Amino acid sequence: MRVNFTVNGRPQEADDVWEGESLLYVLRERLGLPGSKNACEQGECGSCTVRLDGVPVCSCLVAAGQVEGREVVTVEGLADFAKQRAEHGGCASGACGTSLQDAQQWAARGTDSQTGEGGELSPVQQAFIDAGAVQCGFCTPGLLVAADEMLERNPNPTDADIREALSGNLCRCTGYETIMDAVRLAAARQGEAV
Amino acid sequence: MPTNGAPTKITQGSQTKGGIGESTLRPDGTLKVTGEFAYSSDMWHEDMLWGQILRSTVAHAEIVSIDTSEALALPGVYAVMTYDDLPTDVKNYGLEIQDTPVLAHGKVRHHGEPVAIVAADHPETARRAAAKIKVEYRELPVITDEASATAPDAILVHEGRDDLPQSQLRSTGGTPISGHVPHPNIVHRQPIIRGDVASAAERADFVVKGEYTFGMQDQAFLGPESGLAVPDEDGGVQLYVATQWLHSDLRQIAPVLGLPERKVRMTLSGVGGAFGGREDLSMQIHACLLALRTGKPVKIVYNRFESFFGHVHRHPAKLSYEHGATKDGKLTHVKCRIVLDGGAYASASPAVVGNAASLGVGPYVVDDVEVEALALYTNNPPCGAMRGFGAVQACFAYEAQMDKLAKEVGIDPVEFRQLNAMEQGTVMPTGQPVDSPAPVAELLRRVKAMPLPPERQWESSEGADVRQLPGGLSNTTHGEGVVRGVGYAVGIKNVGFSEGFDDYSTARVRMEVVGGEPVATVHTAMAEVGQGGVTVHAQIARTELGVTQVTIHPADTQVGSAGSTSASRQTYVTGGAVKNSCELVREKVLEIGRRKFGSYHPAWATAELLLEGGKVVTDGGEVLADLVDVLEGEAVEVEAEWRHRPTEAFDLRTGQGFGHVQYSFAAHRAVVEVDTELGLVKVIELACAQDVGKALNPLSVVGQIQGGTTQGLGVAVMEEIVVDPKTAKVRNPSFTDYLIPTILDTPTIPVDVLELADDHAPYGLRGVGEAPTLSSTPAVLAAIRNATGLELNRTPVRPEHLTGTA
Repeated sequence: MRVNFTVNGRPQEADDVWEGESLLYVLRERLGLPGSKNACEQGECGSCTVRLDGVPVCSCLVAAGQVEGREVVTVEGLADFAKQRAEHGGCASGACGTSLQDAQQWAARGTDSQTGEGGELSPVQQAFIDAGAVQCGFCTPGLLVAADEMLERNPNPTDADIREALSGNLCRCTGYETIMDAVRLAAARQGEAV
Repeated sequence: MPTNGAPTKITQGSQTKGGIGESTLRPDGTLKVTGEFAYSSDMWHEDMLWGQILRSTVAHAEIVSIDTSEALALPGVYAVMTYDDLPTDVKNYGLEIQDTPVLAHGKVRHHGEPVAIVAADHPETARRAAAKIKVEYRELPVITDEASATAPDAILVHEGRDDLPQSQLRSTGGTPISGHVPHPNIVHRQPIIRGDVASAAERADFVVKGEYTFGMQDQAFLGPESGLAVPDEDGGVQLYVATQWLHSDLRQIAPVLGLPERKVRMTLSGVGGAFGGREDLSMQIHACLLALRTGKPVKIVYNRFESFFGHVHRHPAKLSYEHGATKDGKLTHVKCRIVLDGGAYASASPAVVGNAASLGVGPYVVDDVEVEALALYTNNPPCGAMRGFGAVQACFAYEAQMDKLAKEVGIDPVEFRQLNAMEQGTVMPTGQPVDSPAPVAELLRRVKAMPLPPERQWESSEGADVRQLPGGLSNTTHGEGVVRGVGYAVGIKNVGFSEGFDDYSTARVRMEVVGGEPVATVHTAMAEVGQGGVTVHAQIARTELGVTQVTIHPADTQVGSAGSTSASRQTYVTGGAVKNSCELVREKVLEIGRRKFGSYHPAWATAELLLEGGKVVTDGGEVLADLVDVLEGEAVEVEAEWRHRPTEAFDLRTGQGFGHVQYSFAAHRAVVEVDTELGLVKVIELACAQDVGKALNPLSVVGQIQGGTTQGLGVAVMEEIVVDPKTAKVRNPSFTDYLIPTILDTPTIPVDVLELADDHAPYGLRGVGEAPTLSSTPAVLAAIRNATGLELNRTPVRPEHLTGTA
C-alpha cells in the first residue's frame, strides 16, 4: 500500500508498504530516518518515541497505515520543531501543548550541509550533551522527544514529574542521574530565556 | 588529598585546554542527540537483503532432519543455509574454546541455538521463510545443574572434548583445560589454597555459614545485535558491526568463511551499549555467509526477543561460604565453593572462574583460605561476560557473610569490615601483593559519612505522595506497613585481562598541519560502546601534544588490535597506547624542530621541551617555535603497541600466581523502604564511593559509576532470566517480562570520587567501569535485610521472598 503523511513538516510518500509494517520501520527503512531507535520493537523501551499529531507514541506500536494523513515529529526534526515553537510564542503559560493545528503548520528547515545553517540544537538536546546524559546514546532520541514534550506541557517540572514523564523510556548506561540533570538544565535555561 | 607518591609522567606538563582531568564533552554527542549517529542497526545499502536466523525450539535434542524446500520456494527468498552449506572445515568458533557451532550440527544444546539462516528481500519474508523450515528433533534429557551435570550417567554436553586452546587463551596459560577438570561437564575449575584453614578455624570464636544463589542477569544493552555485510569484488567482505573487540571477531570469523583476515574488512558501527554481551560473536558470521552466498549486501537486526537468545548472560551461581572470626572481630579463615552455570558453550567461562576464585574472599585480610570455583556445561543458555565478570556473584555472597558475622561478633557491620579491610601491601589469597592504594576502609568511611536522606519523604501537606512510596502510582500504600533499612557493601574487581594474557593495545597517532592549524589524528581499533573512550583519547592527545584539534578516526581493522572494551581496561590500556604513541610522535616533532630551528636557540639542545598551546616551549615557558612552522610540509605518524606489566597464570592446584594487573574498589550504602505487606521495595538512595586513581574525565567517571550502580540495583530487586528447570527453556525473553530499572525504580546516586594514583598505570588511573556493579547489589540486599530482619540468601529478591509466600 501507499502511505502519505507528514514527517518533520515535510510531506512524505511511502510506497509498497506491507500492511504489517510499523511506523518505526517505515521511518527507518523507507524514509531514511533511522534516528528513532529499535531497542525492543514491543513498546517497552521508548527508544522509538515520536510525536503523532503532537502526542508522544511508541512508533513501533503504530501500524504504518494508521498515520495516513497525519503529522509525525521525530528526533531529526526536534531542533526545528522546538525553534518554531519558541518563535510562535512557545508555551510560556505552561499548559498549552501543541494543538493539532500547530502541529500541521510547521516545517523543518533541515540542515544545509555546506553552511551548517539550521543545525542548531534544541535546548533539551544541548542539555543532554552538557549534562553527560548521553553514553551509548541508543535511548537518547526517544528520551529527547519525550522530555521535550513534557517541558512543553510543564516548563517547571518537579523531579517526581520528570521521573513520571520519562518512566516509559529505558536507559541502560547512565543510571538516569545525568538524564535528570539534563532535563532540569533544559527547564532552567528555558526559564531564563522567557 | 593523600597520594602514594606522584606517578611518573603524570603529563608532559601541558596545560592545553580540553586535556585530561577536564569534563570535556563527547565528540559524538551532537550526532547522538540529532539522530544522525549511525548505529549498526541503522546501516542501509542499495539492493540489500535481510538475514534471519532460525533457532532451536528445544534445549537439548538430536536433529533428525532439516527440510528447507518450502522456505526456498517462497518468493523473495535468496538463500537458505544450514550446517551442510558451511564453506570450510572450520565450523565452530569461540572466545577461548572453539566449541560453538556456527550452525547446529546434528544436535542442539540450548534453547535458541542457531540452526539455519535465511536471506530475503524483506525482513518479514525472511521471518516467514525461516518459519517454513521443518526441523525434526529427537529430544534428549536436559542437564540443568551441578547434580545432573556430574551424575555418573550424565550425558556429556560436549562429547570428545579436547579444548585445544588458541594461542590467545586467556585463562590457563596454554594448558588444555579439559585435561584438569574432574568431569567433562565442568568447563574449568580453579582452586585457591593459602595457609591452613583447619587450624585457623580452631582459633575462630565465631563461625558463620551460608548458601547463596545468584540469578541469571542479562546485559540488556539497548542497541540490538545487528550489522551489515557487503561482499567485495575480490571475494572478501566488508562487515559493519557493533562489537566489543574487532580483532577478536576477525580471528573467529575469517577461518569459517575460508578467507584470509585481510579480506574480512571490519568497521565498527555505532554500538548501543555492550556490558560484556558483545564479547562473543552473534550475527557476524551469519551475515557474511549470506552475503558471500548471494553476492548481495545482507543486513541482520535482532529484535529484543531474539537478542535474549543471541548473546551470553551473566553466570547464575550457587555459592557456599564459611567465615570465621575471633571475638575481637578479626577474620580467621574463609572457605568457599562457587558453582557457576556456564550453559551450553564455554564463552568466557574459564576466565570468569578465574575471577570468581581469585576475588572470592573480597577486599579483606585473611591468611587462611580455601576456595574452589568452577563453571558447568549444561543445557541452559550460554553464559559469559557481563560487567563485573565473576566478581559480582562472589561479592553478593561474601558481603552477606560479613554482615552475618558482624552480627555474631557484635560489631557494627561497617566497623567490622574496616577492621578486616585490606590495604596497600596486603597479600591476596593468590599470593599476589596489592601494590597500589587499596582504600577499602576509607571508601566505607566516606560512604557512611554522606548525609542520609530524610525519613518519610512521601509525607506532604496534601497527604501521601505515592510516587515516593513502594508501589508508586499503583497506590498500594500511603505509608502503612513501610519500613526503612540501610545497608553497606564493598567490593574488589581486577582491571584488565589477567592470568598471563598478552593484553596489549595499539594506537596510531598522526600530527600534521591542516588548514593552518596543527591537528592530531588518533586511530585505534577500540570499540566505543558508550563508555567515552573517544572523549578520553582526544583529551590524552591534547595533553601530550599541546594541540586543540584532535580527530578521532573511526575504529576498524586497518590498525592493530586494541583489545576488548571489557574488564574496565580501555582507558588504561588503549589510553596507555594513545599516550605512548603521542609521546613517540612528540619526540619526532621535537627532532624535526631541532633540525629546522636548532641553530636559532640553544634551548633546543639543552632544555626540557614541551608541546603546549600549539607551540614548542621550554619547561621554563619560553616559546621556541610554532608547531605549524615545525610541521610545515611534514606529517609525523607513529603506530605502536603498548602493554601493561605482565601477569601470570594461576597454579591449577593452588591458585597461586601474580594473576591480576590492577585492582579497583568501590563501596555502596543503600537506603531502602519496604512495604512488608506486599513485598515491594523502593530504593531511596544508593550512594557510592570509589577510588579511580585519576579521573581523566570526571563527568564520564561519575556516569560509569552511576550506570554500574544501577545495573547492580537491577539484579538486586528485579532482573532475572527465568529458565524452566524441567525443559531448560527461557521463560521471559522480553522487556515485558525481564525488567530493568526505569527512571522510577532508580534512586539518586550520590558519588564520592577518590583519586589515589596507581604508580603502575598511565596518569595513575584505575579502571572504573565494573567496581560499582559489584557492591551495589549486596548493599541493597543488606538494606532490605536491615529493614525486614529476613535472611534473604538469593538475588534478585522478589515480593514473595519478603512476604513469606515463596
